[in-house]
Amino acid sequence: MLTLSLSEYEGLRAHGEETYPQECCGVLLGNAAPEGNRVLQTVRAGNARTDSAHNRYNIAPEELVRIQRQARKLGLDIVGFYHSHPDHPAMWSSTDFAEAHWVGCSYVITSVEKGSAKITNSFLLTGTGEDDKKFIDEPVEIEMRAMQQERA
Amino acid sequence: MNIHIPTPLRAYTGGEQTVNVPGATVEEVLQQLTGAYPELKQHLFTGEGKLRSFVNVYLNDDDIRYLPQKEATPAAESDELTIIPSIAGGGCPSR
Repeated sequence: MLTLSLSEYEGLRAHGEETYPQECCGVLLGNAAPEGNRVLQTVRAGNARTDSAHNRYNIAPEELVRIQRQARKLGLDIVGFYHSHPDHPAMWSSTDFAEAHWVGCSYVITSVEKGSAKITNSFLLTGTGEDDKKFIDEPVEIEMRAMQQERA
Repeated sequence: MNIHIPTPLRAYTGGEQTVNVPGATVEEVLQQLTGAYPELKQHLFTGEGKLRSFVNVYLNDDDIRYLPQKEATPAAESDELTIIPSIAGGGCPSR
């Protein structure tokens, strides 16, 4: 299960609306626990695939290094990534699978239809490496307690 | 020097986020790393011993692939090496 607060959840969906019709992308920072990845902070990243940003995304490795450094200082880990699928279902594609290398991390995908965020799904990359990796559907839990505090 | 290990590879470093190994060059440091943690090797290198295409290695802020001396670049104890797998993908390929 992937757990995140309402504000982080809404933030990553809003990112997909802002970059529409291009794909957005970002990094999920938090902690891995036996019950699943828990997100404490989302970090927006630039889409380096400017040649085909409507159906591709790439986070520049130098930006990832910077984000990982930032996470370390906060005592957090990279526990996943998010991106949007403009006018395309919130399901992983063959490209998403081929380019997924962070085993144990959550890959969150939001479908954005005509500029409006619709469905957000999460897929956990499991396995031990390239030979046996696979995506499995992962429930997303929005923390109610955090939501109540945020709205108080 | 310190090597920062990304989340998916910590299963092969006993859960360590950062490990310290000696070495005079980036290549030596990586050899020491895979010597200390043999299971890492197949995840970092191809069978031919080349760094896997999706594995990025940064010496401080520089991708070693773009350094003039690449893996032969000298490494000091105060330097940091960061291993960072690539992150990419995208929607329908036919669009």
